[in-house]
Amino acid sequence: MIEVRELTKSYGATVAVDQVSFDAHAGEVLGLLGPNGAGKTTTMRILTCYLSADAGSATVAGYDVFEESVEVRKQIGYLPESAPLYADMGVIEYLNFMTQVRNLPKSQRKDRTRAVIDICGLEDVIQKDIGELSKGYRQRVGLAQSLIHDPPILILDEPTSGLDPSQIIEIRNLIKNIGQEKLVLFSTHILPEVSATCSRILIINNGKIVANGTPEELSSQAEGEEIVHIAIRGSQDAIEAQLNELEFVSQWNRVDTDNGIVGYQIHASQGSDAAESLFHVVVKNGWSLTELRQESVDLEDVFLNLTDKEQA
Amino acid sequence: MTNITAILKKEFRSYFNSPIAYIFITFFLGISAWLFFRGFFLINQAEMRGFFGLMPWIFLFFIPAVTMKLWAEEKKLGTVEILMTLPIRDYEVVIGKYLASFALLTVTVLLSLVLPLSVIYLGNPDGGTLIGGYIGLLLMGGAYIAVGLFASTLTENQIVAFILGITACFVLLIIGEDIVLFNAPNWLFPIFSYLGLGAHYSSILRGVLDSRDIIYYLSLIGFFLYLSTLSVESRKWR
Repeated sequence: MIEVRELTKSYGATVAVDQVSFDAHAGEVLGLLGPNGAGKTTTMRILTCYLSADAGSATVAGYDVFEESVEVRKQIGYLPESAPLYADMGVIEYLNFMTQVRNLPKSQRKDRTRAVIDICGLEDVIQKDIGELSKGYRQRVGLAQSLIHDPPILILDEPTSGLDPSQIIEIRNLIKNIGQEKLVLFSTHILPEVSATCSRILIINNGKIVANGTPEELSSQAEGEEIVHIAIRGSQDAIEAQLNELEFVSQWNRVDTDNGIVGYQIHASQGSDAAESLFHVVVKNGWSLTELRQESVDLEDVFLNLTDKEQA
Repeated sequence: MTNITAILKKEFRSYFNSPIAYIFITFFLGISAWLFFRGFFLINQAEMRGFFGLMPWIFLFFIPAVTMKLWAEEKKLGTVEILMTLPIRDYEVVIGKYLASFALLTVTVLLSLVLPLSVIYLGNPDGGTLIGGYIGLLLMGGAYIAVGLFASTLTENQIVAFILGITACFVLLIIGEDIVLFNAPNWLFPIFSYLGLGAHYSSILRGVLDSRDIIYYLSLIGFFLYLSTLSVESRKWR
């Protein structure tokens, strides 16, 4: 539904978005992940026709973002960062205004307003002015606004920033639900968010896409080696001599010594079943094992890896 | 058209959701009544020439105050990002906002009709100058609004928009004045005397509705609305 090809946009000398290309389809929740200033917001603003690009092309639901911008905007529900809303309007008044400018038929206006109030849990605040609302409710009104015309594509810029943990979980569940039928593109710089919500992740850094895949794919990409934590009761010298001999151990660090128990972090080559082999080595030498656990490579490592490399 | 109406309604209501509309109406009516009755009791004449004559200077401060928030506030709050990503064309938003300010002006001017009604009751004024005066008032106010609206698209600071608006309206008002014209180079003389807002206003005040004056005002309004649209669109390329 969204096709982006070599999109480029610069502000003066800074290149905010640099030859970005990606596709996205209905039924996907696509997370745009990157450090602050990576170009997430700029990409979204181009897709929503708020900004133009310097080069490249983008189509949304088959419409060209630059040529048929009004058609594109009809397909999209957009919530900008920090949910900017008119503080002096009432919640209902604001949603009514949105049904008008979204050109909903008169017969549907009430139903759609009702529907988004239910979806976003606004029942308690419909009598209030937006200016009186807490950050969490304001974010929900923003979300309600983006859903009011039942768009096939939803673009959300940092929808969970500034919310408390229970509100974050609510919004995430909401995004997941919506993402079952529609395309949701949302940005964040918070890592657990993407693994919890997204079906696919784009990592963007310095305006370039540095990774694109499902959370599982990205984790396995980074798994060049296995990391095992082990703690052994035995003679330190003997253990370390043995570790040096093991072929699958590429590197080890002693992490602590405590009353005859020595802890190590061991980097082993991938597919060596390091944990099992280490267990056998310990048994063979007659030491006793007090701790053995395999560390999984998570998205955080992928992210730091990719974004560090780019900066270097 | 439905889009323009929706924007118009929203902006008009937002004037009344905030104190702006009430302050504007109260002050305008207060000042007009004072100007009117001062002349009325001092020189014992039932006419409104003094009132109309001072209006360009009073609007100079009032109208930029009404228009300053139209874009500057949206930019400051970021709401412009939702507004400009709705399936509405940029010029529709510009026209909608313009008409909302114009509607507020019209309501205020209509309320001030109490004054001429009392003139008619108390004396026997010239109907032509009265009608001309009110049409001139709306045309001149409409031109100021277009200028103020444009000033508001240039900045996200309402105070800056206010001052820019006053300055631009002031320049437009005085370039047709004699004192400017006498000091202007010869080749600028016809341009200035045509562009000057005050001269066109005073000729309408005389009760002569000349199509040239009306065309002048309408094209001035159109020109500044066009500039505003360009200015709003320029966000895309910066």
